[in-house]
Amino acid sequence: MDVLFHVKDLVLLAAEGGEAASHAAGVPQKIVEVGYLWLIPFFPLLGFAINAAFGHLIQRRFGKKYVSYIAVGAMALAFLVAVAAWIQMIGLPASERYLVNFLWNLFTAGDVQANLSFALDPLSMMMVLIITFVGSLIHIYSIGYMADDPAYWRFFCYLNLFVFSMLLLVMGDNLVLMFFGWEGVGLCSYLLIGFWYEDIEKAKAAVKAFVTNRVGDFGFVLGMFLLFWALGGSWVQKKNVVAKHERVWSQVDPNYKPVAQTGTFYERDPALSPQSSHRGIRIGPSLTFREIRDQLSSEETGMKERLLGMNFFGIPLLILAGILLFVGATAKSAQIPLYVWLPDAMAGPTPVSALIHAATMVTAGVYMVARLNFLFALSPAVMTVIAMTGAITAMFAASIGFVQNDIKKVLAYSTVSQLGFMFIGVGVGAFWAGAYHLLTHAFFKACLFLGSGSVILGCHHEQDMRKMGGLKRFMPLTEKTYLYACIAISGFPIANAFFSKDEILWRAFDSGHNLLDPSLGKLIWFIGWLTACGTSFYMWRSYYMTFTGEYRGAAGHRPSHGALATHSVGAAHAGTFNHDVLMSATVFDDDPHPDSGGVDAHAKGTAKHPDHPDHKAEGGHGHGGVPHESPGTMTYVLVTLAAGCAATIVLGFWAPLGNLLGIDALKVPLLEHWLEPTMAPTLELVEKRSAQSGHAWEWALIFASVGVAFLGWFIARSFYKDARSHAPAKLAAMFPRLHRVVYNKYYVDEFYQATVLRAVSLLSRAFATFDAKVIDGAVNAVAVVARFICNISGAADTYLVDGAVNLVAEGVIQTGHRLRRIQTGRIQTYLYAAVAGVLVLIGIHYLIR
Amino acid sequence: MAETSERPSRYIETLVGAVLLIITAGFILWMIARTVLPNLVPVAQEGANLAKPSDLIFYVMAGLAIVSAAGVAFSRNIIYSALALLGALLGAGGLYVFLNADYVAISQLLIYVGGVLVLILFAVMLTSKISDQKHSNPSVGTLPGLVLLVALLGVMGYVATRSPWLTASSPFDAPQTSFTIGSLFLREYLLPFEVSSLVLLATLIGAVVIARKEIKE
Amino acid sequence: MGAPGLPHYLIVGVVLFALGTYTVITRTNAVGILMGVELILNAANVNFVAFQRFNPSPLLTGQVFALFVIVLAAAEAAVALAIVLAIYMNMKSIDVSHASSLKD
Repeated sequence: MDVLFHVKDLVLLAAEGGEAASHAAGVPQKIVEVGYLWLIPFFPLLGFAINAAFGHLIQRRFGKKYVSYIAVGAMALAFLVAVAAWIQMIGLPASERYLVNFLWNLFTAGDVQANLSFALDPLSMMMVLIITFVGSLIHIYSIGYMADDPAYWRFFCYLNLFVFSMLLLVMGDNLVLMFFGWEGVGLCSYLLIGFWYEDIEKAKAAVKAFVTNRVGDFGFVLGMFLLFWALGGSWVQKKNVVAKHERVWSQVDPNYKPVAQTGTFYERDPALSPQSSHRGIRIGPSLTFREIRDQLSSEETGMKERLLGMNFFGIPLLILAGILLFVGATAKSAQIPLYVWLPDAMAGPTPVSALIHAATMVTAGVYMVARLNFLFALSPAVMTVIAMTGAITAMFAASIGFVQNDIKKVLAYSTVSQLGFMFIGVGVGAFWAGAYHLLTHAFFKACLFLGSGSVILGCHHEQDMRKMGGLKRFMPLTEKTYLYACIAISGFPIANAFFSKDEILWRAFDSGHNLLDPSLGKLIWFIGWLTACGTSFYMWRSYYMTFTGEYRGAAGHRPSHGALATHSVGAAHAGTFNHDVLMSATVFDDDPHPDSGGVDAHAKGTAKHPDHPDHKAEGGHGHGGVPHESPGTMTYVLVTLAAGCAATIVLGFWAPLGNLLGIDALKVPLLEHWLEPTMAPTLELVEKRSAQSGHAWEWALIFASVGVAFLGWFIARSFYKDARSHAPAKLAAMFPRLHRVVYNKYYVDEFYQATVLRAVSLLSRAFATFDAKVIDGAVNAVAVVARFICNISGAADTYLVDGAVNLVAEGVIQTGHRLRRIQTGRIQTYLYAAVAGVLVLIGIHYLIR
Repeated sequence: MAETSERPSRYIETLVGAVLLIITAGFILWMIARTVLPNLVPVAQEGANLAKPSDLIFYVMAGLAIVSAAGVAFSRNIIYSALALLGALLGAGGLYVFLNADYVAISQLLIYVGGVLVLILFAVMLTSKISDQKHSNPSVGTLPGLVLLVALLGVMGYVATRSPWLTASSPFDAPQTSFTIGSLFLREYLLPFEVSSLVLLATLIGAVVIARKEIKE
Repeated sequence: MGAPGLPHYLIVGVVLFALGTYTVITRTNAVGILMGVELILNAANVNFVAFQRFNPSPLLTGQVFALFVIVLAAAEAAVALAIVLAIYMNMKSIDVSHASSLKD
């Protein structure tokens, strides 16, 4: 009872943040300095470091479980510190819920100050809790999933590194640190997607993810720079400006006429420096979120007006910066046009798909938009772009998901679609709704992915749903959690996603002048509504194909992926099974697995096996063709996540009910309250611009959503339950071309290959040729010239220098020869010489005298 | 002086000898003319102050000496050279007489001509092959030699004529040479006299020693 | 011209000397060289006696010296010719260009 009492206190305490926060928009954010926030990313980093340096040795000497202890322990510690921070934050009044831990200054260059400083405000607190909690669960899941992989230690090493980078991203106090984490998660995504790098297709998928992310990072960085510059000065049209260097030249050279230029120049405002402040609010160029937020949300500083009126070479600055930043979000969160990496990323192990590509990394874009809500909200054009992109992506991805047969691909496109929903949410100004959908998505999507991993493992690495079926019997726990997650994603009110998705759709409908045109909101609602129907359809399709009917899978087959080679040789098996021996005796099924999941984890799960011929007594597993339930580490995680799907209903329950019944506590749901301090600058603005449709509309839309969810379920059920109906096949036969186009993902990848990739590879080949021919040619030419000069020099040395020396020597020798002839040996010669000499002397004597 | 060049040497030799002969003759004639012709006018007046016969004889003696010396120098035949040497010595002796050195003149004749020249002739006879008379006295390097000859003549002639030699202002008092020389040898020049006797002794013994062995073989 | 004065005798001496030097230098016959030496000595004697005559000294220096020169010339001629004979006995030739075995 005491616990409940305290929980209620906590709830009320958290809820009271609302009123104070709503007046906090113009006040500089008060912060609370703490000293322990660095521990949250530090523990995963430590886990990464230990596993990177010693993981291999530990695994070899002590066994795999110690590797996992280190990794999961690090995650658990991080979660505990996060909870401690949360508790502290709850205890603070709403306007002060901003914990800052300043470590040191990374670098200062002019106006740019990049600090290693962690900050937790309500939004990032929510993210940190999601990351550490769901991350820990996935780490535990991986213990079972990756049990037979020899590179076990490397997996956990990368997982910890990923969590560290993600925590940097969300806890970063400034754009630099966030970008650091942004890049880090991109790197870890590459490392983890390409975990089984020996398979070239997987390696290519990893590279695709990384390169696509890089394209987005380019936009992000440009947006960051633009924002920074804009805060420090502006671009102005000037006529006949003489640049300073021209004036200097004219001082030096009197004949030089300085050239006057007309055009757009960047003018640095000297009033805006790192030291300037306006009544306690720091203004000027800054990279710290808090400072930018304070500047732009306060009316007194005048920065908002500045930015609103600023143009960058004719383009309004806010639009440009917003779109550039959004490009980064597009790549990271897999929206059109940079979503192409996410389906291919299913090449990585399923825990990776769950963690990175469902729960955390892909939400970084949404987080960034929510964090910079004050910036995006200033520009309806940018918000329109975001919302429309989200909407179109949602519909587009959902349509692809209709016809995919690989269960992981279905989930991947589902992720893209749901991310579209999140962007709709933050695009129309419902930032808290987007964040709430982020949270619910983390739970149900992770549950779905991990469930699919369990299914894949149970079907012996079969990922094609056409070869599954009837798994309800073999994997009851997996089936139940998967069922509940499907209920969630379809938007039935008994699970959490209904509340978040509905809030988003309602706010989209009601967005009014938050977008460029009020009717756009209605359009977006319509697209989202249809997409919800589609979502429901394809998710139930996957459920019915997988779990109902008869098992269509093959008798048994050999998994064909790169890890097998090392697997057979000397893998450290937790269990005792003769996988390789028995496999050679089985029928080889050559069904292609483009992106197979993990390795058999037969350590513990055989207890749920009904009747297996090759059952070994200790719990080892003979290789039969019958699917089986997964071990406890995996199923308990599934259950936890499903429970989370249910539990998080509380966070968003339920504004429409509150409005209907007049219950104030429900009018603003818990999460909305919680996030109010972060979203404070925009609340009034968004509210003012909204269409103010009545609550009747809200209920109408709710019923429409639920109805369309039922419709999707019904169609899926009738087409796919028990695989009895021939309708899907008939439909596919009726529209073969359409089917083919959608099945091939609208040929987007092929389009990119033909255009962008071909152009880039041509360019790189051109550069390579240039380098080989021209630059190397120049270098070789220099070498040739040098050799030529050396030859000349050598010749000069041989012939001139040596020649001169030899000439001197020869001359001396010849002179010696000639002079030697004086020595005739005859006295008469000597007498001649003597007399001649005497004559000369006499002559000289007489001449001188 | 490197190679022997007999033919050019012979022509040159003849030429130079002829030239010198002509020069000497001309010199003499010119001297005679110079002394005679300008003095023809005052001859009548001066009488005995014209060229004395002694002057003429001087020139003859000098000419003899010089021509003979030329013969020694340029003759191809060694016998001719030896005989020319005789003439030169005689000429020198004659000059000594003119210089009031009668004892020296006689000594010259006795010792030089009678002793040295005879000795030289003996040596010539003993060592030359009489059969090749014509080419028994070749010379080498005549051209450089002639150059030196001319140079010597020129330089030393210049020195001899242009130098302001001290000459006695008082009239010459011809001494009694034999008596004086004799007494001088035993008084002032006793040491050189005795030493020269030793030299002669040494020469005697030395010559015998040097020439003795070979003859014995 | 006048009576022969000092320069005349000196000229004679010079000519004798020059010719004697020429003889010494050019002749290859050893005896020929000796003759040249004799000419040189005679030239010197003429010089001495001439100077004695035209710059007389009570000690008759010139004449005495000339006498000694004659004596020594004789001695020297004797020895020289002994050597020439010795060489002739040895080499069967008195060509000085053949007597160059000390040269190299």
